[in-house]
Amino acid sequence: MTGGMSGLDQMDDLYEVIILDHYRSPRNTSAVENPDIDLEVNNPFCGDEVRIQMKIDRNIVSHVGITGRGCAISQASASLLAELVEGKSSDQVHGAVDSVRRLLKGENITDQEADTLGDIEALQGVRKFPVRIKCALLSWVGLDDALKDHIAGVKS
Amino acid sequence: MIDSTGNTVSTGLNVNSIRADFPILQRKIHGQNLVYLDNAATTQKPNQVIKSLTDYYEQTNANVHRGVHTLSIEATDGYELARSKVADFINAPRSEEIIWTRNTSESLNLVAATWAENNVVAGDNIVITAMEHHSNIVPWQQLAFKKGAELRYFAHNSDGIIDLEHAMTVIDERTKILSVTHMSNVLGTVNPISELAGRAHDVGAVIMVDAAQSVPHMPVDVQDLDADFLAFSAHKMLGPTGIGVLWGKVSLLEDMPPYMFGGDMILEVTYEDANWNDLPYKFEAGTPNIADAFGTGAAVDYLSRLGMKNVWRHEQDLTAYAMERILSLDTVKILGPKDPSMRGGVISFIHDSIHPHDLGTALDQQGIAIRTGHHCAMPLVRSYDVVAAARASFYIYNTKSEVDALVNGISETEGYFNR
Repeated sequence: MTGGMSGLDQMDDLYEVIILDHYRSPRNTSAVENPDIDLEVNNPFCGDEVRIQMKIDRNIVSHVGITGRGCAISQASASLLAELVEGKSSDQVHGAVDSVRRLLKGENITDQEADTLGDIEALQGVRKFPVRIKCALLSWVGLDDALKDHIAGVKS
Repeated sequence: MIDSTGNTVSTGLNVNSIRADFPILQRKIHGQNLVYLDNAATTQKPNQVIKSLTDYYEQTNANVHRGVHTLSIEATDGYELARSKVADFINAPRSEEIIWTRNTSESLNLVAATWAENNVVAGDNIVITAMEHHSNIVPWQQLAFKKGAELRYFAHNSDGIIDLEHAMTVIDERTKILSVTHMSNVLGTVNPISELAGRAHDVGAVIMVDAAQSVPHMPVDVQDLDADFLAFSAHKMLGPTGIGVLWGKVSLLEDMPPYMFGGDMILEVTYEDANWNDLPYKFEAGTPNIADAFGTGAAVDYLSRLGMKNVWRHEQDLTAYAMERILSLDTVKILGPKDPSMRGGVISFIHDSIHPHDLGTALDQQGIAIRTGHHCAMPLVRSYDVVAAARASFYIYNTKSEVDALVNGISETEGYFNR
């Protein structure tokens, strides 16, 4: 009645090898002691939850820990994010989040942006599965907002 | 059992001939045959219902209860005929007890905003189960906040069976209304409405039944249930979207204030005041959803011709088969009653390693439509310590080979993710 594995070939765009690797072995999952930022973001519609903890040292993300439960896309995306942000300034993080947003919208990104994103470019397959874009963006948007709020709070 | 075409069938439904009535079942999804298992969300529509809508717009379209011209008279007659078909379908004593709404949610909101608004005071309580859909939680929550009343829940066990003893103690003399799902859209549990109604009436409360998942699937008799209000949607029973039903006892409906104001619901308007039309029009302000009432009538005709006992038997048979097949995968846990005879054709399940959303995408690639997520019952789904579940739900056109396709699809998905 169904076509078996042949029906799943198109999923390779969504579940790239790198994505599945990050899903199975997420990076930076250990808890951060005395975090400056500690937030939980969730997407109740899908049942995705991500907890993000960060130490911020003069506008630089010095340490990040991300844990959660949810679908492969949300969890792999969070893990890729954790890898990217450590050592980055809030402006650099904001730039990267903007690149990912545009990447998922199907807009072009520059070679320089692609260099910054590295493995994260694997997320672009999500474009073909529009209902899954929010899974991919969940942790990125949450972290970006929290980081901006934190910096604004420190300044004021 | 012999059906009308002379075929011997085990469940009283000739599924092949039923399937031929549903054009959408011919669709290919990602190149595969559609296996539609999201019937608790909405069902597909047979030609008879689709045609009733085009016939209405091509032959009858006019506004109701207004004109003296032929089309208006025919539209009014058809609109009221559909109402009486619905009344017969649920054995309502009187046709004017059937109020057309947009959907189950609006029917529940209507009672919360009128009957309960007038009758619930500070210190009273409203009782619901812990397995309700959001639309049977939030209107009561809001009313309780507003009135200083208490919203109480009664428990169910880990199999999703209501604890009737607990319910009897939760319902007390300060209970004004009990609002209960007849069949859970997550667990499939069929709840003992008439026992609960007896207790509600003993303490002077009324009972409202969320029948969105029961009226489409089993014989429902509002008098047997001893209910006071009952709500359901047409689109979950072969009918069009955008129309639903509130049934209420005439004695209660008469004392309730209108829900909305406008045309059709008034008897007389002066510049100073207005008085209300008779039932059911008091609750049907403005031009109603005439075409979809015709469609609902056609859906009721279709189901009545099949016989709701046969529909229920078919789904029970399919559910028992599906539970056995799904549980044969050691990787999957099913929520709700373990005994298929205590539940309807809704099977929510959790895979031990694949998130429902990933499973939903993978099954869609294989042409299989299931629901994933919290099923508009977040508190219930969370009580199972998960954030989401997958759900397969059946209807009259589903077959055992589609259940096989689902189980095979889950196995294929495991193969994909375990590469």
